[in-house]
Amino acid sequence: MIVSRVRREEKALLQSFQGRGAGVEVINEADLVLDPLAPDPRWRSYDLVLQRSLSSTRALALTRILESWGVPVLNSARTVAICSDKLRTSLALAQAGVPQAPLRIAFAQGASLRAMEGMGFPLVLKPLHGSWGRLLAKVNDRQAAEALLEHRFTLGGFPYHVSYIQRFVEKPQGRDIRATVVGDRTICAIYRRASHWITNTARGGQVSNCPVSPELEAICRRAAGAVGGGVLAVDLFETDEGLLVNEVNHNMEFRNSMEPTGVDIPGEVAAYALSLAAQRRPLAQELP
Amino acid sequence: MSNVECVECAGPVELPPEVVQNEILICPECGVELEVISLEPLRLELAPEVEEDWGE
Repeated sequence: MIVSRVRREEKALLQSFQGRGAGVEVINEADLVLDPLAPDPRWRSYDLVLQRSLSSTRALALTRILESWGVPVLNSARTVAICSDKLRTSLALAQAGVPQAPLRIAFAQGASLRAMEGMGFPLVLKPLHGSWGRLLAKVNDRQAAEALLEHRFTLGGFPYHVSYIQRFVEKPQGRDIRATVVGDRTICAIYRRASHWITNTARGGQVSNCPVSPELEAICRRAAGAVGGGVLAVDLFETDEGLLVNEVNHNMEFRNSMEPTGVDIPGEVAAYALSLAAQRRPLAQELP
Repeated sequence: MSNVECVECAGPVELPPEVVQNEILICPECGVELEVISLEPLRLELAPEVEEDWGE
């Protein structure tokens, strides 16, 4: 298991693996030095690597190296690459026919402002890469848009010069849904409520159980498949027209989902990972 | 359960049961995040700062 830190999630996963009799080695990415051109027998001896790096950049780089060596990694580099890029996620969801909020992309300050006015306020301006609600901006009117864009295009680096503009979705009762997908199953979901428009529990949202309806299960399975599958957290909005997928997270935090749902999420992840490890063992052994 | 000394403020930090390497502890006195660098010998350091691309 690759970690940046051992948080409650990683500790629970470790205990779940150990409880199933699996041998687990915890590897801190900060300690690694790799020669990507020379497959390392130590890494190739693992039946599966569970990627729990907090850094999307490091997770992607390391997973690409390991996959090039034939080492199975959960989640895959494809999944990490798509989920860590909001535009790639939107495109993947669109190709799979998964409903999502209206979106515009623009590359210059003036075009971004035109896109916003065309879409109508309020809307949400997001960085292409980012998590935990960082640098999300709800834009209520043209004046706020002008100021935000001026700051982004003047002070921000080039990644902030691509404007990802999404229609603001009004949340019923100030809540959205976080669903947990393991393989092809939506194992549980929670409502996240907050007085703030960002309901991320990393920012203090309150949680309660959300029954997994057939509609929720179906859209989550499609969303997970669209980004390459694995162990994922799907964030959704409820609207009068049905559910919309907002984000798919490849390195899910689940500490807030366990108590309200009563689902042993680390146990489910461990069981799934071990089933993959058992399936993929021959692949690893076949490699030279 | 035993205590270790915070490397920032020298206050007592309680070790959780079954503590593991790379686990993050919070100093109750100064609030700093500490990382368990090694178990034998037990060694704590200030945890790495959260970086821009960290998250889910």
